[in-house]
Order: sequence, then structure tokens, then C-alpha cells
Amino acid sequence: MDLLVVLSIEALRAVASLALISVGLAIIFGMMRVINLAHGEFLMLGGYAAIVATKAGINIWVSTLILAPLVVAIIGIIIERTVIRFLYGRPRDTMLATWGLSLFLVGITTTIFGNTTEGISAPAGSLQVGNYYIAAYSLIIVLIAIAVFAAIWAVFRFTRYGLIARSTMQNPEMAAALGVNPPAVYAATFGIGAGLAGLAGGVMAPITGIVPTIGAAYVAKAFITVIGGGPAVLAGTVSASVLFGAIDQIITYLSTPVIGEVALLAAAVILLRFMPQGVTGSFFRRAS
Amino acid sequence: MIEVTNLHSGYGRIPILHGIDLKMKPGEVVGILGHNGMGKTTLLRTLVGNIKATSGRIDFAGHDITRASTAERSRTGIGYVPQGRDIFPQLSVMENLKMGEIMRNGESAIPEMLDHFPVLKDLLERPGRGLSGGQQQILALARCLAGRPKLILLDEPTEGIQPSIVDLIAEKLGELRAALNLGIILVEQDIRFIRQLADRVLIIQKGVFVAEISPQQLYDREAVDAHLGI
Ligand SMILES: Nc1ncnc2c1ncn2[C@@H]1O[C@H](COP(=O)(O)OP(=O)(O)OP(=O)(O)O)[C@@H](O)[C@H]1O
Ligand SMILES: [Mg+2]
Repeated sequence: MDLLVVLSIEALRAVASLALISVGLAIIFGMMRVINLAHGEFLMLGGYAAIVATKAGINIWVSTLILAPLVVAIIGIIIERTVIRFLYGRPRDTMLATWGLSLFLVGITTTIFGNTTEGISAPAGSLQVGNYYIAAYSLIIVLIAIAVFAAIWAVFRFTRYGLIARSTMQNPEMAAALGVNPPAVYAATFGIGAGLAGLAGGVMAPITGIVPTIGAAYVAKAFITVIGGGPAVLAGTVSASVLFGAIDQIITYLSTPVIGEVALLAAAVILLRFMPQGVTGSFFRRAS
Repeated sequence: MIEVTNLHSGYGRIPILHGIDLKMKPGEVVGILGHNGMGKTTLLRTLVGNIKATSGRIDFAGHDITRASTAERSRTGIGYVPQGRDIFPQLSVMENLKMGEIMRNGESAIPEMLDHFPVLKDLLERPGRGLSGGQQQILALARCLAGRPKLILLDEPTEGIQPSIVDLIAEKLGELRAALNLGIILVEQDIRFIRQLADRVLIIQKGVFVAEISPQQLYDREAVDAHLGI
């Protein structure tokens, strides 16, 4: 029984982590059709922002939950204004440009921070469940993911920005004819996607530590999740995260983490073989 | 209110409009009649700014808007109801209406629009794509008017719509243009509809206006056909 609780919490943590590291990519791809190959580096930058700020004496929650997303959102908006905006409607060029950007970001952070792992210790200590101890931070990640997804949903559903963003993604020319300035909407949406990547990077930093090349590990999982999720941005990310996160965690428990990740990949391949449109492309008609 | 001078535009390097001239007074309704592919939609899209003019000039409400963005033109009071209506398919009817006034300050015009177009009242929560063609046309018109434009560009509002709704739209437009002193550029192929509303009618052929006729002259089918180039 206790073991079951512990395993469930770990599985939830895996699902929540996957959802968090993927959602920024999902928003940028789902709403703007931009395939951001620098997504992993956005996470990496969020991780560094959190670690640097924490080590400079700033409260760890402020560093991970506020500064990391803010810093990366600003970087994202700058990148959108200087690079991405010239490439809308040209997916191949966008992929090349963001790939180049990812190399550039890895290079520049290696120059600044060196090629060693930096870390901060996870806050909040541990919880006892029967004879087991688990990191309280695992539960906190789950709560953060729930809060983040609820907030994103509410912003797109109920705010003025959300309405403008959804209309622009559906028909930019018509939105413009109603007075909306699509380039500003794109910049803001890219900034939000980048900021969410920064948040995820910050939240994961205490667990994984950070090296300049950590983005490569993140970006593959995030892509699998986004593609597996299909067209509905939020519902897709959540359902693919649940599926892949749970499989990863169960196999990891039965064998090793490496085999768990292989199982995740295999699950994705099988899923896309039978549901090429992803989970939400097959089960839900409506993209939100 | 709007003055178009020697306007040229097209798609990529293919020219479509070859020197359009048009001058309208506030509150005037100008009909534009022309066959398929003559450049009617291209003209309206160039006026709203979705296509850039390659040369010529557009003045609206005393400003040169030739180089202004679509959004800026909308905010100065140009409303657009495109061919095919362009309802946001995944937004509800209410959200579509809200988009109509999203950039306007002041009181919402939505209650007033629902009074003008009561059919929309029962559809507010429906997604745009769930509406019939006629309902979408009414919604597109209401969405446009919610922004309180001074001039609206209507692209074939009767296309593919059942006669009862065509009559309703004609009646409402007649009523509202008088009440709001609304200028209208009405692109139509439905001669009866254009006759009901237009103060004068311009005939477009291959990207230029070739004739101006009065609505009464529209009764003379042979003369109209001659102008249209049949
Ligand atoms: N996106 C486009 N790219 C290239 N050419 C186009 C495009 N849209 C229209 N055209 C061409 O421009 C010309 C004028 O088209 P336009 O849509 O303005 O005609 P129209 O008068 O509105 O016709 P209809 O009555 O069928 O709506 C046509 O020859 C058409 O093939
Ligand atoms: Mg047309």
C-alpha cells in the first residue's frame, strides 16, 4: 500500500515533469506552427537563471517560479523580434534558424558557465509514507504543473489576450481586419511559450542539475510529447504526458531508467503508427 | 470619406487592379458589379490592407492610408465583411462578436447588435463553424458593425444564402445605413440586392471601372450585360 502511494507519486511527478517541459513547445507549435528546435536551450536558460539567482541569495521559489520564466520570456521575445518573425510560413528555414540558435545558446552558456554541472538542492525536504521517504519536491512539481495548466487554460479561455491570440491563430487576416496587430500577438505568444520553457527549466533544475548541453535531453522528450498529443495544445500535452510519463515510470520501476526512456520512445512510435494525428487528433475533434 | 486614386495591386508579380479611381461621400452606398475574377475581392482586400497597393493612393477620413497596416485601417473606421465571411470557426458566436469590438473603447455594441439580429441570441455559445451560411453572414455583419465603422466593405453578402436571409440583410442594411450614416462599398452579383441599396453602381472589368450607372438602369438587363462585357 505504501509502496503504491510512493510509486503513484513518482509516476505523477514524471507525468507532471513531462507536461511542464513540453507545454511551451506545444503552445509555440500549436498556435504559431513554429517548430522551435531551441526549446531545450530555453529550458536550459531557465535552469541557469534559477540557479544563478538562487546562488546570488534570492529565494529559491522566486528564482524558479518568477525569475526563470521572466528571463526566458524576455529572451524569447527578443529572438522572435530579431529572427523568427522574418521566417513565418517557412517551416524549414525556421527549423534551421532555431537549430542554429540552439548551438549558439549552448556555446555562449558554455563560455560563461563552463562545461560542468551546476546545481541547487531541492527545497522542501522529504515526506514519510509508511516505511518510505519521498522528496516533497515531487509533490510540489505535480502541484505546479496543475497550477500552470489551469492558468494557461484560463488565460486562453477568459482573457482579452486569450481571445485575440486564438482568433489570430485561426485567421490572422480577419483578426487584422478587426484591428488586431498580428505581429504583436505572435511576439507575445512566443514570449509566453519561451517563458513556460524557462519555468520548466527552473523547476527541474534542483532535480537534474544544469549543464549547457542539457537541452538535448529535454527537447527530444518534449517533441515526442507534443507530436503524440496532436492538435489540441493543452489536452494533447496532458494526455500524451500521462501516457508516456506513466509508461516511463512503470518500466523504470520494473527495470532501469534507461530502459524506461526506451519504452517511452517505443510507446511514441507505436502510438504514432496507429494514431498519426496524435491522441487528440484521433479522439477529440476540437483543437483548443 | 474615402478617395481612391489610380490604385494598382495584385498577387506577387501578377497585376490585377489597373488603376482604380473611386470617391465616396460619407454615408454613400456604392455598388460594384462585375463577373467572376474581375478583381472585386482584390479591390476590397487592397482597401483593407490585406494586399499592398503597388501604386496609387488611398485616403480615408482625411488621412493617407495607402501604407497603413490592416489593423490601423480598421481602427480608423473601415469595417470588412469578406467573401466567405471568415467567421472564426473555433470561437463561439459571442466571442466572434467580441472580436468585432476588441479594439474599440467605450460601451459594448453587442446588445444592440443582438436587437438588430435576434437570430444570434439563441446561438451565442455555438462555435462559429456550427452555423449555417446565412447565420454566418449575419454574424459577420454584426461583428463588423460592433466595431462602429464609418465605412464597411461587403463582399458578396448574398452568395450562397437563402432568399429570406438575403431580404433580412437588405432590410437591416437599409435601416442601419440611414441610422448610422454608414458608407458601404457593396460588391455583389445579385442585381436585385444591389438595386435595393446602392446610390450608384460601378461596373468593374479586368481590374478597372468601365462604367457608372444608376440603380434604375439596372432594370435594363441588356444595357447591364453590355457593360459587363457579354
Ligand atoms: N491569392 C491569389 N493569388 C493569385 N491570384 C489570385 C489570388 N486570388 C485571386 N487571384 C486572381 O485574381 C483575379 C481577380 O480575383 P478576385 O478574387 O479579385 O475576383 P472577384 O471579382 O472577386 O471574383 P468572384 O466574383 O469570383 O469573387 C482572378 O483572376 C483570380 O484568379
Ligand atoms: Mg470575389
